[in-house]
Amino acid sequence: MIFDNMKILIHQGKQFIPDVKTTDVPGVFRGRPVISNAPCDEKSLIDLCPTGAISGSPLRIDLGRCTFCGECAFACPEKIKFTKDYKMGSNIRENLIVTEGNDSPILVDADKVRAEIRRIYGRSLKLREVSAAGDNSCEWELNATSNVNFDMGRFGIDFVASPRHADGIVVTGPISKNMAEALEICFDATPDPKLLILAGVDAISGGIFADSPALDRSFLANHKVDLYIPGNPVHPLAFINGVLSLLGR
Amino acid sequence: MDFISIKNNQRIKFAEIPVLAYADFFNVVTNQLMEKPEAHCVSYFGIPAENNVQLLCCIADDASASINVLSSVVSKTDTLQSITAKYMSFHLFEREIHENFGINFDGHPWLKPVRYPYNAADKSQTMVNYPFYQIDSEELHEVGVGPIHAGIIEPGHFRFICNGEQILHLEIQLGYQHRGLETLMIEKKKLLQRATLAENITGDTTVGHSVAFANAWESLCGFTADKQLQMERAFAIENERIAIHTGDLSGICTDIAYQLGNSVFGRLRTPVINYFQRWAGNRFAKGLIRPGKTNFPFTNDLAAQWKEMISAYKPHFVEMAEQTFDLPSVLSRIERTGIVSPAVAHQIGMVGMAARASNIVRDIRASHPFGHYANIDYKPVLEPVGDVYCRARIRYDEILRSIDMMNDILSTMPYDHKPATTLDKAEPNSFVVSLVEGWRGEICHCAITGPDGDLTHYKVKDPSFHNWLGLALAVRNNEISDFPICNKSFDLSYSGHDL
Repeated sequence: MIFDNMKILIHQGKQFIPDVKTTDVPGVFRGRPVISNAPCDEKSLIDLCPTGAISGSPLRIDLGRCTFCGECAFACPEKIKFTKDYKMGSNIRENLIVTEGNDSPILVDADKVRAEIRRIYGRSLKLREVSAAGDNSCEWELNATSNVNFDMGRFGIDFVASPRHADGIVVTGPISKNMAEALEICFDATPDPKLLILAGVDAISGGIFADSPALDRSFLANHKVDLYIPGNPVHPLAFINGVLSLLGR
Repeated sequence: MDFISIKNNQRIKFAEIPVLAYADFFNVVTNQLMEKPEAHCVSYFGIPAENNVQLLCCIADDASASINVLSSVVSKTDTLQSITAKYMSFHLFEREIHENFGINFDGHPWLKPVRYPYNAADKSQTMVNYPFYQIDSEELHEVGVGPIHAGIIEPGHFRFICNGEQILHLEIQLGYQHRGLETLMIEKKKLLQRATLAENITGDTTVGHSVAFANAWESLCGFTADKQLQMERAFAIENERIAIHTGDLSGICTDIAYQLGNSVFGRLRTPVINYFQRWAGNRFAKGLIRPGKTNFPFTNDLAAQWKEMISAYKPHFVEMAEQTFDLPSVLSRIERTGIVSPAVAHQIGMVGMAARASNIVRDIRASHPFGHYANIDYKPVLEPVGDVYCRARIRYDEILRSIDMMNDILSTMPYDHKPATTLDKAEPNSFVVSLVEGWRGEICHCAITGPDGDLTHYKVKDPSFHNWLGLALAVRNNEISDFPICNKSFDLSYSGHDL
């Protein structure tokens, strides 16, 4: 029996991604889009977008509202192209807006990161995840950050079972009315200083559910967000890189 | 006629659905339609009809591959005779109708809230005052878990009544995930918005629910997907099944502290969901399924990539699964744990993989096949006992079955892509039922159009709607420490239930 287990381990081999900052993702992943200066019918693109993420003059895509469906790139491929750049996290909400003719990476603004975050959590960060009406795709992806492939634990970053053990809260989902109070209590139960991270389009803007009367997003009006990580769902590499750059690593 | 018999995805005029007085409606459902062992209710819901409510009941007859639909117009203040008293599988449907419209059902054991929707009939009901079942005793204690759980999962509240370590009763309170999805399906007017909503019903079944939506909308528009598109969709549904089943086997191993299984199954899931990213740019296949078209036509190169991926996956998966199901330390935790007997599973109307693990032949791919499934003769996999072992083992067998089916698809795929069809307007005043066997089980979408050919009502039912009660019954008389593996063995959806 032990030999069977050893055989499985040998077959398993080394599965971890050696460098999560530079690794190439397979296939045609839709990450940070780039908008060229090519002419296009702005209005048709604005009308096309299911979540109102596109605005005009100059043409912009708000990755906090984008569902990454890619329809705009199909409609106008010479204008909009989704690249495989998965580093899309920022502490500044406006940095998530991609503008026509500007192909620069999305960055964390180090000057605006609270000093104690990097000082206290630079080498070890424990997070508590709260799904507030998330559709279980972001949740699966956040679980995947800890699997043997992505192995976020190697950076001292882990998800923990209780807000009492946590240094911050990661929110997924558009925050339903029915979950608003539980989220507030959970955040309150986390000791200071604490981080607040929004993962995925639903958490950042409400996504396709933004106008729903069943949501209550007042939690976000009352607390400062430290990091926004776009995606639908958030890709494990987007999450890991977002947190690492927040910590200045 | 007392009811109309239709097929999966068959469009009919809404007016063709017979409207019966409730007493007759009750009689036809209880004494005629539900009598057959192959019959089960796939959807039962109300829609506003002026000041009244029109109840629509869709009962599938698996033996004849038909869905029998009938309706009744009732007043919101009526007290109706409960069907649940005779067929327990109706319990949650009646609770939902009560919650949405205030209609009372006489003989229903408890008309408790289902999901606390923002537009509930009685707004005085709130999440915090859910009327839990209680037993007064000095010997017993209650354990409350959630809505936020220890792991990274969706929110829901579990209230246990325990005698020492043993669970006597579990009640599950849901609704935390309610996003008002069914209303948004009507209010959002663009087809792309609706397709996006369908993808987000539950993100772990993106393909299943978005195929159900695509089938419903295409049927309403009189569009039939060509063979190529049908095969691509079946291929995607089966790939989703393999991905989630593999992830769930990893989760079950986690919950019994079998770390090798957790690690190996966990990494084996990665190439399968990455395949969706290779095909459609998203690990959960968001963006892949669109009514009337595909943005990601399947190619020979994609076929070769899948074959390469699966030929690396399969031997390692089989090796790991054989080891898992052979280990005494694994078997001692999962055998005879969390049993839902075939009789109980049938009584409460369980569906999908969990029902098949309790020896119930219930699989839309075989009983109400659509698209590619109509061209093959799929034989469902069954397990006899209904314990955690069976619900784990069935995943192993279904994965192998899906791999075979996908290989067959690739060997006969025509690679003949038709241009996209714009499906803006549907046939007015129509009705359709769309059934899909997702990895979890039977997905049912019912759509109704108005005089202008736009949607007026959209009803979504995730298989979890049937199966949550199965979990509550499975854990009875089990130790509370076995709750996590019971829960994982069902792996039900919170967002799909709460909508």
